[in-house]
Amino acid sequence: MSTSPRMAIFKSVLIALILTLVPLPAWLAIIRPDFVVLAVLYWSIQAPRIGGIGLGWMCGLILDVFQGSVLGEHALAVALVAYLGIREHQRIRTKPLLQQSLAVLAVLALYEFVLWAIDGWSGHPLNTALRWVPALTGALLWPVVAPLLARSYRPRG
Amino acid sequence: MAGFGTRSGSPHGRGGIPGFRFTLYALASVALMVLDQRTDWLRHIRFLSQGLAYPIEVAVNSPIAAWRSIESSFASRRELEAENRHLRTQVRNLKIRTLRFDALAQENAALIGLKKALPPVAERWLPADIVDIQLSRLRQRILIDRGTVNGVFRNQAVLDDYGIVGQTMQVGPWSATVLLITDPDSDLPVQIERTGLRTIAVGTGDPDTIALPYLPANADVRVGDVLVTSGLGGVFPAGYPVARVSRIQRGAVQPMSQVLATPFAHLQTDREVMLLWFRHDSPAAPLRESGGQLRVGTPGAQPLPAPPRPASTAAPATGKRGAQTPPTAPPAGPVQRPHP
Repeated sequence: MSTSPRMAIFKSVLIALILTLVPLPAWLAIIRPDFVVLAVLYWSIQAPRIGGIGLGWMCGLILDVFQGSVLGEHALAVALVAYLGIREHQRIRTKPLLQQSLAVLAVLALYEFVLWAIDGWSGHPLNTALRWVPALTGALLWPVVAPLLARSYRPRG
Repeated sequence: MAGFGTRSGSPHGRGGIPGFRFTLYALASVALMVLDQRTDWLRHIRFLSQGLAYPIEVAVNSPIAAWRSIESSFASRRELEAENRHLRTQVRNLKIRTLRFDALAQENAALIGLKKALPPVAERWLPADIVDIQLSRLRQRILIDRGTVNGVFRNQAVLDDYGIVGQTMQVGPWSATVLLITDPDSDLPVQIERTGLRTIAVGTGDPDTIALPYLPANADVRVGDVLVTSGLGGVFPAGYPVARVSRIQRGAVQPMSQVLATPFAHLQTDREVMLLWFRHDSPAAPLRESGGQLRVGTPGAQPLPAPPRPASTAAPATGKRGAQTPPTAPPAGPVQRPHP
Protein backbone atom coordinates (compact mmCIF):
# COMPACT_ATOMS: atom_id res chain seq x y z
CA MET A 1 0.00 0.00 0.00
CA SER A 2 2.03 2.94 -1.18
CA THR A 3 0.00 6.07 -0.71
CA SER A 4 1.50 9.45 -0.06
CA PRO A 5 3.41 9.62 3.23
CA ARG A 6 1.25 12.42 4.55
CA MET A 7 -1.85 10.32 3.99
CA ALA A 8 -0.26 7.38 5.79
CA ILE A 9 0.61 9.60 8.75
CA PHE A 10 -2.85 11.11 8.85
CA LYS A 11 -4.52 7.70 8.72
CA SER A 12 -2.33 6.19 11.41
CA VAL A 13 -2.88 9.13 13.74
CA LEU A 14 -6.63 8.95 13.19
CA ILE A 15 -6.68 5.23 13.96
CA ALA A 16 -4.54 5.85 17.03
CA LEU A 17 -6.99 8.51 18.20
CA ILE A 18 -9.94 6.16 17.72
CA LEU A 19 -8.09 3.45 19.66
CA THR A 20 -7.60 6.00 22.44
CA LEU A 21 -11.29 6.86 22.58
CA VAL A 22 -12.84 3.40 22.36
CA PRO A 23 -14.33 2.48 25.72
CA LEU A 24 -12.73 -0.55 27.32
CA PRO A 25 -13.21 -2.46 30.55
CA ALA A 26 -11.53 -0.67 33.45
CA TRP A 27 -8.43 -2.85 33.71
CA LEU A 28 -7.79 -2.71 29.95
CA ALA A 29 -8.32 1.04 29.94
CA ILE A 30 -5.62 1.43 32.55
CA ILE A 31 -2.99 -0.53 30.65
CA ARG A 32 -3.97 0.94 27.29
CA PRO A 33 -0.87 2.59 25.80
CA ASP A 34 -0.95 6.11 24.41
CA PHE A 35 -1.40 5.12 20.79
CA VAL A 36 -1.28 8.66 19.48
CA VAL A 37 2.08 9.23 21.14
CA LEU A 38 3.39 5.96 19.75
CA ALA A 39 2.30 6.96 16.23
CA VAL A 40 3.86 10.40 16.54
CA LEU A 41 7.07 8.92 17.86
CA TYR A 42 7.21 6.38 15.05
CA TRP A 43 6.77 9.01 12.34
CA SER A 44 9.26 11.32 14.02
CA ILE A 45 11.86 8.58 13.87
CA GLN A 46 11.05 7.24 10.41
CA ALA A 47 10.05 10.42 8.61
CA PRO A 48 11.50 13.29 10.60
CA ARG A 49 11.05 15.84 7.85
CA ILE A 50 7.38 15.15 7.12
CA GLY A 51 5.60 14.99 10.42
CA GLY A 52 7.81 16.82 12.77
CA ILE A 53 7.16 18.74 15.92
CA GLY A 54 4.17 20.53 14.46
CA LEU A 55 2.38 17.22 13.92
CA GLY A 56 3.11 16.22 17.51
CA TRP A 57 1.87 19.54 18.80
CA MET A 58 -1.39 19.30 16.86
CA CYS A 59 -1.95 15.72 18.01
CA GLY A 60 -1.34 16.82 21.59
CA LEU A 61 -3.83 19.63 21.22
CA ILE A 62 -6.41 17.16 19.93
CA LEU A 63 -5.75 14.96 22.96
CA ASP A 64 -6.22 18.02 25.18
CA VAL A 65 -9.60 18.67 23.63
CA PHE A 66 -10.78 15.09 24.08
CA GLN A 67 -9.39 14.55 27.54
CA GLY A 68 -10.51 17.91 28.86
CA SER A 69 -7.10 18.75 30.28
CA VAL A 70 -5.60 22.23 30.33
CA LEU A 71 -5.18 23.28 26.69
CA GLY A 72 -1.51 22.90 25.80
CA GLU A 73 -0.68 20.19 28.33
CA HIS A 74 -0.60 17.23 25.98
CA ALA A 75 0.49 19.55 23.16
CA LEU A 76 3.71 20.29 25.02
CA ALA A 77 4.26 16.68 26.02
CA VAL A 78 3.69 15.21 22.55
CA ALA A 79 5.75 17.96 20.93
CA LEU A 80 8.56 16.96 23.28
CA VAL A 81 8.17 13.33 22.20
CA ALA A 82 8.31 14.37 18.54
CA TYR A 83 11.37 16.53 19.19
CA LEU A 84 13.23 13.73 20.92
CA GLY A 85 12.26 11.34 18.14
CA ILE A 86 13.55 13.71 15.46
CA ARG A 87 16.73 14.53 17.33
CA GLU A 88 17.66 10.93 17.94
CA HIS A 89 16.09 9.37 14.85
CA GLN A 90 19.40 8.25 13.36
CA ARG A 91 20.45 6.55 16.56
CA ILE A 92 17.10 4.89 17.21
CA ARG A 93 16.09 3.58 13.81
CA THR A 94 19.29 1.67 13.19
CA LYS A 95 18.78 -0.39 16.33
CA PRO A 96 16.88 -3.69 16.50
CA LEU A 97 13.28 -3.42 17.64
CA LEU A 98 13.86 -4.63 21.17
CA GLN A 99 16.56 -2.04 21.75
CA GLN A 100 14.29 0.59 20.24
CA SER A 101 11.76 -0.38 22.89
CA LEU A 102 14.14 0.76 25.59
CA ALA A 103 14.51 4.18 24.00
CA VAL A 104 10.73 4.30 23.59
CA LEU A 105 10.30 3.48 27.25
CA ALA A 106 12.54 6.39 28.20
CA VAL A 107 10.69 8.81 25.92
CA LEU A 108 7.25 7.64 27.12
CA ALA A 109 8.33 7.91 30.75
CA LEU A 110 9.43 11.47 30.07
CA TYR A 111 6.06 12.11 28.40
CA GLU A 112 4.17 10.84 31.44
CA PHE A 113 6.45 12.86 33.69
CA VAL A 114 5.66 16.08 31.81
CA LEU A 115 1.94 15.34 32.11
CA TRP A 116 2.29 14.57 35.80
CA ALA A 117 4.20 17.80 36.43
CA ILE A 118 1.71 19.95 34.53
CA ASP A 119 -1.20 18.22 36.27
CA GLY A 120 0.33 19.16 39.57
CA TRP A 121 1.16 22.74 38.60
CA SER A 122 -2.26 23.41 37.14
CA GLY A 123 -3.97 22.21 40.30
CA HIS A 124 -5.33 18.86 39.11
CA PRO A 125 -2.87 16.51 40.82
CA LEU A 126 -3.28 12.79 40.23
CA ASN A 127 -0.67 10.87 42.13
CA THR A 128 -1.53 7.27 41.49
CA ALA A 129 1.11 4.82 40.32
CA LEU A 130 -1.32 3.66 37.62
CA ARG A 131 -0.59 6.71 35.53
CA TRP A 132 2.88 5.38 34.69
CA VAL A 133 1.60 2.06 33.36
CA PRO A 134 0.97 3.20 29.74
CA ALA A 135 4.66 4.09 29.35
CA LEU A 136 5.50 0.48 30.11
CA THR A 137 2.80 -1.06 27.93
CA GLY A 138 3.64 1.37 25.14
CA ALA A 139 7.26 0.27 25.17
CA LEU A 140 6.22 -3.40 25.29
CA LEU A 141 3.90 -2.89 22.35
CA TRP A 142 6.50 -1.03 20.26
CA PRO A 143 7.85 -4.18 18.53
CA VAL A 144 4.28 -4.82 17.33
CA VAL A 145 3.26 -1.27 16.50
CA ALA A 146 6.40 -0.27 14.61
CA PRO A 147 6.16 -3.03 11.92
CA LEU A 148 2.44 -2.34 11.55
CA LEU A 149 3.11 1.33 10.92
CA ALA A 150 6.00 0.42 8.61
CA ARG A 151 3.59 -1.61 6.47
CA SER A 152 1.27 1.37 6.11
CA TYR A 153 3.87 3.25 4.11
CA ARG A 154 7.08 2.15 2.45
CA PRO A 155 9.04 4.96 0.84
CA ARG A 156 9.94 4.11 -2.80
CA GLY A 157 8.96 0.47 -3.08
CA MET B 1 24.01 17.46 22.51
CA ALA B 2 23.00 20.64 20.80
CA GLY B 3 25.63 19.89 18.18
CA PHE B 4 23.99 16.59 17.36
CA GLY B 5 20.65 18.28 17.14
CA THR B 6 21.84 20.87 14.68
CA ARG B 7 23.72 18.40 12.52
CA SER B 8 20.87 15.96 12.20
CA GLY B 9 18.38 18.75 11.95
CA SER B 10 19.64 20.86 9.13
CA PRO B 11 19.53 18.33 6.31
CA HIS B 12 16.22 16.81 7.37
CA GLY B 13 14.23 19.19 9.49
CA ARG B 14 11.74 21.32 7.63
CA GLY B 15 12.38 24.94 8.43
CA GLY B 16 15.52 24.72 10.47
CA ILE B 17 16.77 23.29 13.70
CA PRO B 18 14.40 20.99 15.61
CA GLY B 19 15.56 22.41 18.93
CA PHE B 20 14.53 25.87 17.89
CA ARG B 21 11.22 24.68 16.51
CA PHE B 22 10.52 22.73 19.66
CA THR B 23 11.26 25.80 21.77
CA LEU B 24 8.71 27.74 19.75
CA TYR B 25 6.06 25.07 20.16
CA ALA B 26 6.84 24.71 23.85
CA LEU B 27 6.44 28.45 24.36
CA ALA B 28 3.14 28.31 22.46
CA SER B 29 1.96 25.47 24.72
CA VAL B 30 2.93 27.31 27.87
CA ALA B 31 1.20 30.47 26.67
CA LEU B 32 -1.91 28.42 25.88
CA MET B 33 -1.84 26.77 29.30
CA VAL B 34 -1.50 30.07 31.12
CA LEU B 35 -4.31 31.60 29.08
CA ASP B 36 -6.55 28.60 29.69
CA GLN B 37 -5.75 28.42 33.37
CA ARG B 38 -5.69 32.06 34.39
CA THR B 39 -8.10 33.76 32.02
CA ASP B 40 -11.42 33.08 30.39
CA TRP B 41 -10.28 34.03 26.89
CA LEU B 42 -10.22 30.53 25.50
CA ARG B 43 -13.82 29.84 26.47
CA HIS B 44 -15.08 30.22 22.92
CA ILE B 45 -12.28 28.04 21.56
CA ARG B 46 -13.15 25.39 24.12
CA PHE B 47 -16.79 25.60 23.11
CA LEU B 48 -15.86 25.29 19.46
CA SER B 49 -13.47 22.40 20.01
CA GLN B 50 -16.04 20.56 22.09
CA GLY B 51 -18.43 20.91 19.17
CA LEU B 52 -15.82 19.73 16.66
CA ALA B 53 -14.93 16.74 18.79
CA TYR B 54 -18.51 15.61 19.17
CA PRO B 55 -18.97 14.03 15.70
CA ILE B 56 -15.81 11.97 16.21
CA GLU B 57 -16.98 10.91 19.66
CA VAL B 58 -20.36 9.89 18.30
CA ALA B 59 -18.69 8.01 15.45
CA VAL B 60 -16.47 6.10 17.85
CA ASN B 61 -19.44 5.34 20.03
CA SER B 62 -21.78 4.38 17.19
CA PRO B 63 -20.76 0.71 16.76
CA ILE B 64 -21.35 0.12 20.46
CA ALA B 65 -24.61 2.02 20.41
CA ALA B 66 -25.72 0.10 17.31
CA TRP B 67 -24.86 -3.20 18.99
CA ARG B 68 -26.89 -2.21 22.02
CA SER B 69 -29.90 -1.26 19.98
CA ILE B 70 -29.71 -4.52 18.01
CA GLU B 71 -29.44 -6.42 21.26
CA SER B 72 -32.43 -4.66 22.74
CA SER B 73 -34.53 -5.12 19.60
CA PHE B 74 -34.00 -8.86 19.84
CA ALA B 75 -35.12 -8.98 23.44
CA SER B 76 -37.59 -11.79 23.85
CA ARG B 77 -41.25 -11.32 24.56
CA ARG B 78 -40.91 -12.91 27.95
CA GLU B 79 -38.09 -10.58 28.97
CA LEU B 80 -40.10 -7.56 27.91
CA GLU B 81 -43.13 -8.79 29.82
CA ALA B 82 -41.05 -9.34 32.92
CA GLU B 83 -39.56 -5.88 32.61
CA ASN B 84 -43.02 -4.42 32.08
CA ARG B 85 -44.34 -6.14 35.17
CA HIS B 86 -41.37 -4.96 37.19
CA LEU B 87 -41.81 -1.38 36.05
CA ARG B 88 -45.52 -1.46 36.80
CA THR B 89 -44.89 -2.57 40.37
CA GLN B 90 -42.25 0.06 40.71
CA VAL B 91 -44.58 2.81 39.51
CA ARG B 92 -47.28 1.62 41.90
CA ASN B 93 -44.88 1.60 44.83
CA LEU B 94 -43.64 5.07 43.99
CA LYS B 95 -47.22 6.34 43.66
CA ILE B 96 -48.09 4.97 47.06
CA ARG B 97 -44.99 6.54 48.52
CA THR B 98 -45.84 9.96 47.09
CA LEU B 99 -49.51 9.84 48.11
CA ARG B 100 -48.79 11.60 51.34
CA PHE B 101 -46.17 13.88 49.81
CA ASP B 102 -48.38 16.94 49.36
CA ALA B 103 -49.82 16.56 52.82
CA LEU B 104 -46.33 16.30 54.26
CA ALA B 105 -45.16 19.35 52.36
CA GLN B 106 -48.11 21.31 53.78
CA GLU B 107 -47.43 20.00 57.24
CA ASN B 108 -43.78 20.92 56.93
CA ALA B 109 -44.61 24.42 55.74
CA ALA B 110 -46.92 24.87 58.70
CA LEU B 111 -44.21 23.65 61.05
CA ILE B 112 -41.69 26.19 59.84
CA GLY B 113 -44.28 28.94 59.84
CA LEU B 114 -45.20 29.36 56.22
CA LYS B 115 -48.71 29.86 54.93
CA LYS B 116 -48.29 27.62 51.90
CA ALA B 117 -46.03 24.81 50.91
CA LEU B 118 -43.14 25.97 48.75
CA PRO B 119 -42.82 24.58 45.25
CA PRO B 120 -40.17 21.90 44.93
CA VAL B 121 -36.73 23.25 44.11
CA ALA B 122 -36.40 21.25 40.92
CA GLU B 123 -38.05 23.17 38.14
CA ARG B 124 -37.15 21.20 35.05
CA TRP B 125 -35.52 17.89 34.24
CA LEU B 126 -33.88 16.73 31.09
CA PRO B 127 -32.69 13.19 30.49
CA ALA B 128 -29.32 12.86 28.78
CA ASP B 129 -27.70 9.77 27.31
CA ILE B 130 -24.14 8.95 28.18
CA VAL B 131 -21.89 8.82 25.13
CA ASP B 132 -19.80 5.82 25.96
CA ILE B 133 -16.24 6.85 25.14
CA GLN B 134 -13.03 7.00 27.11
CA LEU B 135 -12.37 10.65 27.91
CA SER B 136 -9.49 10.40 30.32
CA ARG B 137 -7.84 7.28 31.59
CA LEU B 138 -7.75 7.92 35.32
CA ARG B 139 -10.13 10.78 35.78
CA GLN B 140 -13.79 10.13 36.41
CA ARG B 141 -15.57 12.01 33.67
CA ILE B 142 -18.36 11.18 31.27
CA LEU B 143 -19.72 12.74 28.12
CA ILE B 144 -23.44 13.36 27.71
CA ASP B 145 -25.33 14.15 24.54
CA ARG B 146 -26.85 17.46 25.63
CA GLY B 147 -25.28 20.86 25.18
CA THR B 148 -26.11 24.53 24.98
CA VAL B 149 -28.77 23.88 22.33
CA ASN B 150 -30.67 22.11 25.11
CA GLY B 151 -29.99 24.93 27.54
CA VAL B 152 -27.29 23.10 29.45
CA PHE B 153 -24.95 25.44 31.28
CA ARG B 154 -21.60 25.11 33.00
CA ASN B 155 -21.66 23.73 36.56
CA GLN B 156 -25.12 22.29 36.21
CA ALA B 157 -26.26 19.57 38.57
CA VAL B 158 -26.42 16.05 37.11
CA LEU B 159 -28.31 13.27 38.89
CA ASP B 160 -29.58 9.79 38.33
CA ASP B 161 -32.51 8.03 40.02
CA TYR B 162 -30.41 7.25 43.08
CA GLY B 163 -28.45 10.38 43.82
CA ILE B 164 -25.99 13.02 42.71
CA VAL B 165 -23.83 12.05 39.73
CA GLY B 166 -21.76 15.17 39.23
CA GLN B 167 -21.75 18.51 37.50
CA THR B 168 -21.16 19.66 33.96
CA MET B 169 -17.72 21.11 33.37
CA GLN B 170 -17.21 21.82 29.68
CA VAL B 171 -20.31 22.46 27.67
CA GLY B 172 -20.28 22.34 23.89
CA PRO B 173 -23.11 22.93 21.47
CA TRP B 174 -24.33 19.34 21.48
CA SER B 175 -22.42 17.70 24.27
CA ALA B 176 -21.15 18.32 27.76
CA THR B 177 -18.49 16.78 29.95
CA VAL B 178 -19.67 15.76 33.39
CA LEU B 179 -17.26 15.78 36.30
CA LEU B 180 -18.35 12.83 38.45
CA ILE B 181 -18.35 13.19 42.21
CA THR B 182 -15.65 10.51 42.37
CA ASP B 183 -13.19 12.52 40.23
CA PRO B 184 -10.16 13.73 42.20
CA ASP B 185 -11.02 17.29 41.11
CA SER B 186 -14.52 17.16 42.52
CA ASP B 187 -15.37 18.89 45.80
CA LEU B 188 -18.96 18.52 46.87
CA PRO B 189 -20.41 20.40 49.86
CA VAL B 190 -22.42 17.84 51.84
CA GLN B 191 -24.22 17.50 55.10
CA ILE B 192 -24.61 14.47 57.29
CA GLU B 193 -28.35 13.96 57.30
CA ARG B 194 -28.56 12.64 60.87
CA THR B 195 -26.68 15.48 62.53
CA GLY B 196 -26.72 18.32 60.02
CA LEU B 197 -22.93 18.50 60.19
CA ARG B 198 -21.57 20.15 57.06
CA THR B 199 -18.39 19.09 55.35
CA ILE B 200 -16.90 18.57 51.91
CA ALA B 201 -16.81 15.30 50.01
CA VAL B 202 -13.94 14.93 47.59
CA GLY B 203 -13.49 12.33 44.90
CA THR B 204 -10.80 9.72 45.27
CA GLY B 205 -10.46 8.64 41.65
CA ASP B 206 -11.88 5.29 42.63
CA PRO B 207 -15.25 4.87 40.87
CA ASP B 208 -17.14 3.82 43.97
CA THR B 209 -15.62 5.81 46.79
CA ILE B 210 -15.69 9.41 47.91
CA ALA B 211 -13.83 10.70 50.94
CA LEU B 212 -14.60 13.18 53.71
CA PRO B 213 -11.12 14.39 54.58
CA TYR B 214 -12.10 17.45 56.61
CA LEU B 215 -13.86 15.84 59.56
CA PRO B 216 -12.11 16.16 62.93
CA ALA B 217 -11.43 12.97 64.85
CA ASN B 218 -14.23 13.66 67.32
CA ALA B 219 -16.87 14.43 64.69
CA ASP B 220 -20.18 12.67 65.15
CA VAL B 221 -20.23 10.38 62.15
CA ARG B 222 -21.13 6.70 62.01
CA VAL B 223 -20.98 4.01 59.39
CA GLY B 224 -24.30 4.04 57.55
CA ASP B 225 -24.85 7.77 57.85
CA VAL B 226 -26.45 9.30 54.79
CA LEU B 227 -24.77 12.28 53.14
CA VAL B 228 -26.99 14.80 51.39
CA THR B 229 -26.06 17.95 49.50
CA SER B 230 -25.88 20.97 51.76
CA GLY B 231 -26.86 23.59 49.18
CA LEU B 232 -23.63 25.52 49.58
CA GLY B 233 -21.24 25.98 46.71
CA GLY B 234 -23.73 27.13 44.15
CA VAL B 235 -24.21 23.97 42.11
CA PHE B 236 -26.46 21.50 43.87
CA PRO B 237 -29.75 22.25 45.60
CA ALA B 238 -29.89 21.19 49.22
CA GLY B 239 -31.16 17.83 50.35
CA TYR B 240 -30.29 15.48 47.49
CA PRO B 241 -28.79 12.14 48.54
CA VAL B 242 -25.10 11.71 47.74
CA ALA B 243 -23.57 8.73 49.50
CA ARG B 244 -23.60 6.46 52.51
CA VAL B 245 -20.67 6.39 54.92
CA SER B 246 -18.96 3.04 54.51
CA ARG B 247 -15.75 3.20 56.51
CA ILE B 248 -14.38 5.32 59.32
CA GLN B 249 -10.80 5.18 60.53
CA ARG B 250 -9.73 7.12 63.55
CA GLY B 251 -6.06 7.08 64.44
CA ALA B 252 -5.10 7.92 68.01
CA VAL B 253 -2.60 10.51 66.87
CA GLN B 254 -4.37 11.83 63.81
CA PRO B 255 -6.35 15.04 64.11
CA MET B 256 -8.71 14.07 61.30
CA SER B 257 -10.79 10.97 60.89
CA GLN B 258 -10.55 9.12 57.62
CA VAL B 259 -14.09 8.73 56.38
CA LEU B 260 -15.03 7.00 53.14
CA ALA B 261 -18.48 6.83 51.61
CA THR B 262 -20.12 4.93 48.76
CA PRO B 263 -22.10 7.07 46.30
CA PHE B 264 -25.76 6.21 45.82
CA ALA B 265 -25.65 7.04 42.13
CA HIS B 266 -24.84 4.09 39.89
CA LEU B 267 -21.87 5.83 38.34
CA GLN B 268 -20.52 2.72 36.67
CA THR B 269 -23.64 1.30 35.10
CA ASP B 270 -25.73 4.36 34.24
CA ARG B 271 -26.79 4.68 30.63
CA GLU B 272 -28.79 7.80 31.19
CA VAL B 273 -28.55 10.70 33.61
CA MET B 274 -30.75 13.66 34.47
CA LEU B 275 -29.90 17.33 34.14
CA LEU B 276 -31.56 19.53 36.71
CA TRP B 277 -32.76 23.11 36.56
CA PHE B 278 -33.72 24.51 39.91
CA ARG B 279 -35.80 27.43 41.07
CA HIS B 280 -33.58 30.31 42.08
CA ASP B 281 -36.12 31.65 44.52
CA SER B 282 -36.47 28.46 46.49
CA PRO B 283 -34.75 28.46 49.87
CA ALA B 284 -33.22 25.12 48.92
CA ALA B 285 -31.61 26.54 45.79
CA PRO B 286 -27.85 26.38 45.78
CA LEU B 287 -26.18 29.51 46.96
CA ARG B 288 -22.92 30.95 45.84
CA GLU B 289 -21.33 34.12 46.96
CA SER B 290 -18.65 35.92 45.04
CA GLY B 291 -17.57 39.37 46.05
CA GLY B 292 -20.82 40.08 47.81
CA GLN B 293 -22.79 39.34 44.65
CA LEU B 294 -25.00 36.30 44.51
CA ARG B 295 -24.29 34.26 41.45
CA VAL B 296 -26.74 31.50 40.76
CA GLY B 297 -27.62 30.64 37.18
CA THR B 298 -29.17 33.89 35.96
CA PRO B 299 -27.43 36.92 37.43
CA GLY B 300 -30.66 38.84 37.87
CA ALA B 301 -32.32 36.32 40.13
CA GLN B 302 -32.43 37.26 43.77
CA PRO B 303 -33.58 35.01 46.57
CA LEU B 304 -36.87 35.67 48.28
CA PRO B 305 -36.73 37.21 51.72
CA ALA B 306 -36.15 34.62 54.38
CA PRO B 307 -39.43 33.08 55.48
CA PRO B 308 -40.66 34.55 58.75
CA ARG B 309 -40.06 32.04 61.46
CA PRO B 310 -41.15 31.96 65.05
CA ALA B 311 -37.56 31.50 66.10
CA SER B 312 -35.54 34.59 66.89
CA THR B 313 -33.21 34.12 63.94
CA ALA B 314 -35.52 35.66 61.34
CA ALA B 315 -32.73 37.49 59.56
CA PRO B 316 -33.50 39.61 56.52
CA ALA B 317 -32.24 38.45 53.15
CA THR B 318 -28.95 40.22 52.86
CA GLY B 319 -27.37 37.71 50.55
CA LYS B 320 -25.21 36.45 53.38
CA ARG B 321 -24.72 32.78 53.54
CA GLY B 322 -25.83 32.36 57.12
CA ALA B 323 -29.11 34.09 56.59
CA GLN B 324 -30.03 32.05 53.55
CA THR B 325 -29.32 28.59 54.78
CA PRO B 326 -30.63 28.20 58.27
CA PRO B 327 -28.95 25.59 60.40
CA THR B 328 -32.07 23.51 60.46
CA ALA B 329 -33.15 21.73 57.32
CA PRO B 330 -34.25 24.21 54.67
CA PRO B 331 -37.76 23.60 53.35
CA ALA B 332 -36.70 21.76 50.24
CA GLY B 333 -39.71 20.03 48.78
CA PRO B 334 -39.51 16.64 50.42
CA VAL B 335 -38.32 17.48 53.89
CA GLN B 336 -39.59 14.56 55.83
CA ARG B 337 -37.17 14.31 58.66
CA PRO B 338 -37.97 15.72 62.08
CA HIS B 339 -36.14 18.67 63.46
CA PRO B 340 -33.02 17.65 65.35
